[in-house]
Amino acid sequence: MPEPRPSPARSVLGSFVLIGVVVAGSAAAFAYTAGWLSPERLTPWKMLEALAPPSGPALGHRRNHAKGICFTGVFESNGNGAAISRASVLAAGQYPALGRFNLGTPNPDATDASVRVRGIGLRITPPDGQEWRMAMINAPVFAASTPDGFHELLVAAGSKDPNAMKVFAEAHPEFAPFGAWAKNAPWTGSYAEDRFNGLNSFIFTDSSGADHAVRWSLLPEAQVEPVTQDDLKKLGPDFLEQEITQRIRSGPQRWTMTVTVANPGDPTADPTKAWPDDRRTIEVGTLVVQRIEAEADGPCRDINFDPTVLPPGIRTSDDPFPAARSSVYAKSYDLRTAEAKDYPRTVTGPKP
Amino acid sequence: MNAIRHHFSPLQRLLHWVMAICILAMLFIGVGMVSTIMPKYVPLVSIHKTLGAVILVLALIRLVTRFYYGAPPLPADLPEPMKLAAELSHYALYALMIGMPLLGWGMLSASAYPVELYGGIYLPAILPQSDSLRTLLWNAHFYLAFAFFALILMHVAAALFHALVRHDGVFDAMAPVPIHDEATRVEYKAAE
Repeated sequence: MPEPRPSPARSVLGSFVLIGVVVAGSAAAFAYTAGWLSPERLTPWKMLEALAPPSGPALGHRRNHAKGICFTGVFESNGNGAAISRASVLAAGQYPALGRFNLGTPNPDATDASVRVRGIGLRITPPDGQEWRMAMINAPVFAASTPDGFHELLVAAGSKDPNAMKVFAEAHPEFAPFGAWAKNAPWTGSYAEDRFNGLNSFIFTDSSGADHAVRWSLLPEAQVEPVTQDDLKKLGPDFLEQEITQRIRSGPQRWTMTVTVANPGDPTADPTKAWPDDRRTIEVGTLVVQRIEAEADGPCRDINFDPTVLPPGIRTSDDPFPAARSSVYAKSYDLRTAEAKDYPRTVTGPKP
Repeated sequence: MNAIRHHFSPLQRLLHWVMAICILAMLFIGVGMVSTIMPKYVPLVSIHKTLGAVILVLALIRLVTRFYYGAPPLPADLPEPMKLAAELSHYALYALMIGMPLLGWGMLSASAYPVELYGGIYLPAILPQSDSLRTLLWNAHFYLAFAFFALILMHVAAALFHALVRHDGVFDAMAPVPIHDEATRVEYKAAE
């Protein structure tokens, strides 16, 4: 062992100052990285605060798309998608599917006729451990072109100022196509008649390594019978859940999954901008929904339909939304799983 | 040759410094990723999972090398409370190096999340899906991360205290490159 050498007092003081600077500097860098020094940073927490109704969030439930019902079934891949992605889930075959029909509201007790946006969460699991998760809605375009814009929209929609939405729409002309859809598009009386659109663009990589920017949709096989919102208001508060349960009891329901490939120059980063109708569209398979289960005890309850859970061969694009959604959904999942006692399961005793 | 070693073995020193970089990166990535909704969130989460698996493997190798090579003794004149702090903090550091990746892996498993590492490698689930288990593990992973960072700051402060104030060879024992190895000290004495 080297002998401890005495240091002059001044150099000892200097050493302690240096140690203090190193420790304080590291702690400050950590605090900055955590966002504690950046109150303007748009965090997942702030997004959830903006989503919550004035009375506060519904504990134990998803912070948005809070009302929903579970389904299980299969995804029958026809193999056509293999031309543009090497993901095993797009090779011909039948893969288990688990999902959730839902309403775009933070209120799990909302009446079905009051909610314009309907959604579907879907998880497809090919046998090799890979997973493809997605969450889609019935609107043909999204309401905001960036996550910051979406946050502004939520703040405006929740504002007490009666002019807030008007001010938002004027400052954000990209909101107009979504606004027009929400106002004018016909409604349907069944989840089975709804078309669901992924809206965000992703990158498919084929077996030669070539990339293709795509968006996908689920097109209902059921005959669509347009109705008005006023017609739906005459039905019970939970008619959508009751209707889909009845309908699937009498037979499975199907949706065709289509994948649309962007041309060079098409806007991939902005989900408010639809791509022209003539883009190459491939039918890649069929979602067959075979069984409906209530959410409280259902298999979708504790699944986070995180759109960045993708199999090799599919990845996120320059569209900023999947990352933002993943981050915010994760925070929502943290909260609601910790609040499980506020959303009791109806079956008591150990699960089978 | 002395019977008592003054330095950790080269393998232990290599593991220490490689892991120091990995763990600091890991803590910064972790605290940063949960605060952002920017596109970087996706690669940060992917790196966090992958680096966590790497750290777990390195920590297990390091534990074996610690049992095999041991550690140089602390200076005899080090006050007892500091010796105790040194020993306890090393137990805590090993527990966190091995425990944090396992907590993260368990948390993802209990959340029914696929544990996908960079390059399309999937790890198996180590726990069944469970909201209560997930909440427990999430809390542990979250709060222990801050404890881990605080412990590392104390570790750095203590290392610098040994290096700059006490000059007692404790820092040299783990220095990335030998500072006062036997040969140079002999030459130094001879030159005097």
